[in-house]
Parts: sequence; structure tokens; C-alpha cells
Amino acid sequence: MKTILLLWALTVSALSAEENSVYELGPPVPKSGASLKPHERVDELVFSRQDELGIKRANLCSDAVFVRRAFLAVIGTLPTEAETRGFESTKESDKRVKLIEILIQRPEFTDFWAMKWGDVLRVKAEFPIKLWPNAVQAYHRWIHTSVRENKPLHIFTRQLLLANGSNFREGEVNFYRAMQDRSPQGVAATVALTFMGERADKWPKKKLEAMAGFFAQVAYKATAEWKEEIVYFDPTADKEGITKHAIFPDGTPANIKTGLDDPRAVFSEWLLQPTNPWFSRSMANRIWSWLMGRGIVHEPDDFRADNPPSNPALLAFLEKEFAASKCDMRRLFRVILNSQTFQLSSIPAQDTPEAAAQFAHYPMRRLEAEVLVDALNQITATKETYSSPIPEPFTFIPENVRGIALADGSITSTFLELFGRPPRDTGFESERNLSTSPAQRLHLLNSSHVLGKIKACPLVADADAGDHDLNKLADKIYLTLLSRTPTADEIAALKAHMTSSYSSGRELAADIVWALINQPEFYFNH
Amino acid sequence: MNSFLPPNDMARDVVRLAQNMGGIPFSRREALHRCVYGSAGLLLMEPFSVNAAPRAAAIAKEGKAKSVIQIWLWGGPCHIDTFDPKPEAGRDYTGALDQMLETNVSGMRIGQLLPQLAKNADKYSLIRSMTHGNNGHETAAYLVQTGRSSERDVFPGLGAVVSYFKGYDAGYKGLIPPYVVLTEPQGRFSEAGFLGPRYKPFATGGDPARQPFAVEGIVTPGITEEHQKERRKLLGSLNTLGGVLPGNATLKTVVDSEQQAYELILGDAGKLFDLSQEKEEMRERYGRNTFGQSCLMARRLVEKGVPFITINYKGWDTHKQHFQIMNRKLPELDQGLAALLADLAEHGLLESTVVWCTGEFGRTPKVATESPWNGGRHHFGKVFSSLLAGGGFKGGQVLGKSNATGEEVAERPVYPADVIGSIYGQLGIPAEAPLPHPQGTPTFVVPGKDEKVPMGGLLTELI
Repeated sequence: MKTILLLWALTVSALSAEENSVYELGPPVPKSGASLKPHERVDELVFSRQDELGIKRANLCSDAVFVRRAFLAVIGTLPTEAETRGFESTKESDKRVKLIEILIQRPEFTDFWAMKWGDVLRVKAEFPIKLWPNAVQAYHRWIHTSVRENKPLHIFTRQLLLANGSNFREGEVNFYRAMQDRSPQGVAATVALTFMGERADKWPKKKLEAMAGFFAQVAYKATAEWKEEIVYFDPTADKEGITKHAIFPDGTPANIKTGLDDPRAVFSEWLLQPTNPWFSRSMANRIWSWLMGRGIVHEPDDFRADNPPSNPALLAFLEKEFAASKCDMRRLFRVILNSQTFQLSSIPAQDTPEAAAQFAHYPMRRLEAEVLVDALNQITATKETYSSPIPEPFTFIPENVRGIALADGSITSTFLELFGRPPRDTGFESERNLSTSPAQRLHLLNSSHVLGKIKACPLVADADAGDHDLNKLADKIYLTLLSRTPTADEIAALKAHMTSSYSSGRELAADIVWALINQPEFYFNH
Repeated sequence: MNSFLPPNDMARDVVRLAQNMGGIPFSRREALHRCVYGSAGLLLMEPFSVNAAPRAAAIAKEGKAKSVIQIWLWGGPCHIDTFDPKPEAGRDYTGALDQMLETNVSGMRIGQLLPQLAKNADKYSLIRSMTHGNNGHETAAYLVQTGRSSERDVFPGLGAVVSYFKGYDAGYKGLIPPYVVLTEPQGRFSEAGFLGPRYKPFATGGDPARQPFAVEGIVTPGITEEHQKERRKLLGSLNTLGGVLPGNATLKTVVDSEQQAYELILGDAGKLFDLSQEKEEMRERYGRNTFGQSCLMARRLVEKGVPFITINYKGWDTHKQHFQIMNRKLPELDQGLAALLADLAEHGLLESTVVWCTGEFGRTPKVATESPWNGGRHHFGKVFSSLLAGGGFKGGQVLGKSNATGEEVAERPVYPADVIGSIYGQLGIPAEAPLPHPQGTPTFVVPGKDEKVPMGGLLTELI
């Protein structure tokens, strides 16, 4: 019966104007049995944990919500009116699976996930990371290429850990430069945070000292080229002789042959062997957190004994999946995105912290700064100009470059700062701020920046002053901004606004665009 | 000596201990420290948490100063052309500006292009031995804004720190945000660092010398108040998602933020920023240019109790055409700053308002005559000058000395942390007031000895 209901719901137009059906369908349908596909297994593990704890879960989200959510979560981009209409008019029952596949292959996927890796790997020209603009370009290009080619994450990690060469030519060496503390202890702490999801400042001091031994032979030297720096392996760099005391974080002493082994290679071999629990677990959890808004271990870079996973079986399953797929990031994306868990409505059945920790509804999140400015530009057909006046040489970014494609975390932008772009100083996931402030509201409501964009927006500029077909106008604006058509109540509200004020034609269109930009439904992913 | 002055090593130890103890409550020690430190000491002992801010704010006491106006000469003005003239050094150093002016304080002389300030020298003091040794705009600006040179953390600038201790968390209820920048933000180094976006400045944008002063987000030419109200109504009636999520905590933040934003848009903020409410002669007195009108605006904000105002005055990076630019800019600085000091004094506000005028460094005292500079001056972090006035600081004093050519500190080096710490003191923010370091490292508004931040000592001579 439930299955029938679901199928029925899927065929109903997601753009229907009825109440909650704007946002949601019926309840999810858990499958069970031995031959589950990985995404079905995810649901089984998530739902059974919820049932065990007596947590009620939300309904499935509507197609209109799904198309918007999938675009924003997977490629950091708002769907266009045409894309939304195209998805809506497709009647195939597996259209969500197909959309996910399309999105995973889009070029914006690479831009968006290179941006997320850029946060973790601290891609920033300026203080306090001080990579320098040319090095930022090389580092970002290396990350971007790796994401585009879907480089397995263990290889990605090994290349970062073993990097040698010029900061301008071998992008990945900047991993060793993009940290505020380049001492062996500082490098070890960064490696633990980035690839093990652990905060070394919460470790016993001895543990960090022992891990530092693997990074005591990393050396840096300048060249005749301005701001070029070579990162290389130098057995004589370990003045204090800590390499011989190197111990893996699991307590096993390393056996490093001084002068023969690059200690980093010894560490990398240990970290990246398939049986090592730290790497796969922290990567799987990080990716889950990126898509689901919170980690199974939360924060995703704070693994420790007294911060247990909210669903240990789920984490164990994802870790195994990830390792078995040879650390394939896109494959893990498919598993998560195709789950009903990802496709739950953001309208909670039970609005409690426990329900949120058990993924019982999709967590509403404000759009990332870069995604939000790109969305504003897309709907209004306007552009931003980005530049960085410090340090010299000044950086000027071509006008058609989107926020999510910016390489450098220190590009000057009041908007990006205001909306919580991470400073990329530490690599902590929590650097990205998605809270809402009065200053942000003021900006969207009444800044010359946003009002100027609305004025230039073709939806407004092209609205014929004599055209009073409100339904048609509202449909187009709603589909462009909110990826759905307006409800009957909304049309009624617009009519009331029209009669109570002097708005007509362009002014009316401007008011509608303005009012929708300022809805949480626009600037949140829900 | 004021009570805030000695960085209290014992208080630091207490905080360190509290942090190491991870929040375990004190027992006998608590009683002991309550006696030693009073209620502030007790607050200091509490370990940091997400909610550290309200408690931290309670540490700050009433100070002599209520507000700070920071005049930021972005680019680095030349010390020997302004507050530390060296006519005896010869034309290789002075260029065409080889004269100096006597002021209304005997023995205190300043640059020849500052006649209005010369008439008001009793209202301010000069520090001629500012130093930090850094010649890069970015790092020097960071040093002068934060007092610190740490490579490992990003510290908040003094505006954000004042906002943290004197702003919303301390019960500030003003209509205008507690930290305002006229008109463009200084950039990343002026800002909140690890304190986070809550303590960032509100940048007005617009130009106070134009009518209207289009304060970003508040004054919107072309949209009437009636239209704003109609739009707001429409906004509410289209909130369909909000309708299906009653009581949602995330949306509650949105609603509260929106309420505050509308208080600025539809409330009295617009009138405050409307400089046409000042008499014409008052506007003339400050100079009808962006800097002058920014100074006037700053006085209006101080009257409303805004704790920290920055005037970001650009254009002092004069590698080329240095003297042409000085001839144009110094009269503007002279008129605006002198009017501000005099006007604050006439309004009885100078006693409670610190005015600090400085750049991120000075400029090479020896003129670069070779091509392509042809009479320019370069960055010089080794020696520069600051002007400090009001808020309990004495006027008519000269602190520190540079050598005969302005190339070395000769007496009493003053580092940025000395000035910043002294300003905190005048505001009632104790030197040992803790900052919420993201990794929990004990950190105080005035750097402790273990931070190895160079300091010449707080400015007791001017207090």
C-alpha cells in the first residue's frame, strides 16, 4: 500500500499548488533484506537506528524541492527555470537517479568540490597562510584537476603527503606551505586534522611529538625567482633527531632507515593501507557531512573517544563502502544522494536535536556565501568583479568567473565575507559560517548591491509595463528563484499587493523578485 | 598607576588553571580568588565556552572613555611631514616641506601644512617613537590593528575587541551597530579575526560629502518609506516555507535578524546619518570633502554612544608624487581632524572619546629622488608617529623621540600593543581580560610575556 502511495505521489506534479505538497510527498519506504543496494542499506541503517530510538522521521521531499536541493548540494548552483521545468515534465520514475548522475558529471561539480577541498586544504594567498597568488593558482589547479578526474582519495592524499618541488610548478607541495606552523609538530597536527579527522591539541603531547618525527625531514628553500619556494626531502633537516623516535598514532613504532626512507612515505603507507581505520572513516564521515549538513561524528574533524558517532553501524558501513570502492569520492556521493535519507523533507516530524543528529529530516542550511552570490547573479543575469589588491602583484579575476570557482580564499569581497566564507586559516570545517545575521538581512533587503541587481534583472527589465498577466509573470519568477510555481495563496497575496500599492509592470516584477530573494526558501537549501 | 595597568600574571595563571581543569568548579580557591579579584576575577576563572562572550563582556568596567574614533591613514603617512618635522635634517630629507609650525603648546612643533592642528595642540598628544619594523602594508596593518605579530592565529583588531567587550554582549542597545567604519572596510586586518563575524564592523559605504549620504542598506534613494512598508508586508505574506515550519529555531534567527535590519531601515538611523541636519557652518568647518564630513559623522555617532568608529582615510601610499599629494591631503586632514577635536571638546565629549590617528607605518625620511620615484617616499616601519587625544589621555604632550633624521627611535620606543592596551585601559577593559582563543590557548587583550610580543610599556606618561 505504501509503495503504491509513493508511486502515486511521484507522478503527481511536484509543482502543484497544494499546501504541504509543495514541499513534501508521503513517508519514505524502507526496504529490507539481504540483497540491498548500498543506498538502500544506508536507509536501512539510518531508519532502524531512528526506530530503535523512537525518533519520528520526516516525509520524502517533493520533486520541486529535490531538484533545487540536488543542484545546490551537489554542484553549488541554482537550477535554471528550464532545468526545473525539464525535470518536472519528465515522468520517468527513476528521474532522481538520473538527475544525480547528470549533476555528478557537470563541470560545476568540479568547481564546487574543489572549493570545499580548498577550505580544508587552506588555499589562500594572503596572511596568515601566505601561499602567494601564483602558488594559489598552482595548488587550486592541482585540486581542481584531481576532482575532475575523480582521483581516488588515497592517491590524492598520498600525492599531497609526498609532494616535492616548486610551489609554482608542483601545486600539491603547497600542502606543506599552507599552514601557519611549519614545525614538524605543526605539520603533524595539520595532517591529523586533514586526513584523520582528529585534533592533535586534544591528544597527549607525547603522541603528537611521536608523529612529528615523520615530518622532521621536510625542508624548504627559496630560489632566484621571487617568492618561489622548493619543498623537498632533506635527511639533514632533522636537527633534533626526532625521526628515529617516530611512532604511528596507533602506538606502533616506525622503523625508518635514516637517509634512505622519506619518513613521509613511511607514514603515508601506514595511513593509506586499507585496514587503517582513520583514513577511510574520516573521509567517509567528511563526505557524509558535506552532503547531509552534519557528520555522523560531529564536527566531522573532531574524532575522539568522547565524541562517538551518532550511528556507529552507518559509519562502519560507509567506511567499508568507501575503502572497497578504492576511495572513490563520486561513488560515495551516489550512495548518499540516492538514499531516501538524503531525500527526506526538511519539515521535521519531530523537531529535536536528537532527530537532527539521527538525520530524521533534511537540515535547512543557509546557502554558502559563494553559492548565494552565484545564485543572485544567475537569476538577475549580473556579474561580480573580484580582485585582490594585496599582496602585489594584484589579482584581477575575469568577470565570468563564478564565486564557487574562485581559487583564492583571500580574494577581496565584502559579500563573501559578510555571508561567512571561511578564512581558510586553519582548515577546520567550522570556519565556514552559515548563520544569519542582521547585517546579512540588511544587505539582501536594502543594499545598493542587491537592489542594483534586481533592477538589471531581465525578469524585471523585460516585464512589459502593460502586461498584467500576473499568473504568467509570477510563474516565471517563482520557477527561476524558488524552482516551483506559486501557490494559490501566494497569487492571492500578490494580487492584494498589486491593488494596495502602485506597483505595475516592472515595479511589480521588481517587488516580486525582491520579496522572493528575501525568503528563507531562496537563501536556504531546504 | 591605574588599576588596569599591570598585566596581572596571577590572573593569567588562574585562567590557565581553570582551562586545564576543564570546567571543574572551584571550592576553597574560589573563595580565595573572590577576595583577591572581586567579581571580575571570578569571571576570569570560568573556562571558555560557546557562551563566553556575555561573561567576558561583564569583565569590562566603566572607563573614562566611552568611545573611540580611529582615524586610519591607510598607506602610511610620512612622520616627518606631519607630526615629527625635521627641518634641520636638510632638503634631502624634508624636500620642499622644510618648515615647521609652533603650536599653542610651547615647544611642541608640527609640520608646516597643519596650521589648524597647531592651534589645537593642547587637545592631543603626539607619539614620535612608534615602531614595529615591518614594511609590508598587510602585515604592518595587522600589527597596528591587533598589536600582535603572531603567525599562528588571526587576532581581532581593536575595533572588534571593543565591540566584543562594549557592544551587544555588554548590553549595548544602540540603534547603530557598535563598530562602524566610514566608509569602506579596511580589509581583513581591521576585522574580527578569531572573534568571528558578530564583531565585524558595519561599513557605511556611500559618501558623507554627498547628499544624501547613501548609507549602505539604510538610506536607499529611490525607494520611499511607504514603498518599504508595502514591500515588508508582501515579504511576510509570501513566507510559505515559514508557514509550514512554525517554531523552527533556524527561522527564528532569520526573523530576529530581519526585525533588527528593519529597525535600521525604517527607524531613526536614517536621520542620524542625514548630515543636512547639521548647520551649514558646521559642515564647512569640517571641510566639504569625504574625510571632513566623515569626521563630522563620527562626532554624531559618538553622541549616540557608538563605542568604536573607524574613519578609513585612504591615499597615503606615496611612492611617487609624494609632495604633490601632501599638499593636497594634509590641509584636508588638518581641517577635519582639528575641527573634530575642537568640536568634541565644545560638546563636552573629548573627555570620554579617544581619538587615535595613525597609519600602518611611516615613510622613508630620505626622499627617493631617483627614477622612477622622482620625489617619493617608501614604507618605513622602523619609526612613525601617532596622534592620541581624549578619553582620559593628556593633551599637549610629546612622547618618545626619533633621531635627527627620523630614521631611528631615539627615546622610549612605543609599540602598537602599548597604544592599544592603553586605549583598552581607558575604556575599562582590563589588560588581563581574556579573549576566546579558538584552540583554548589562554589569551588576553594585552599580550602576556609568554607571547614575546615586543612592548615598550603602556602609555602611563599620557594618563
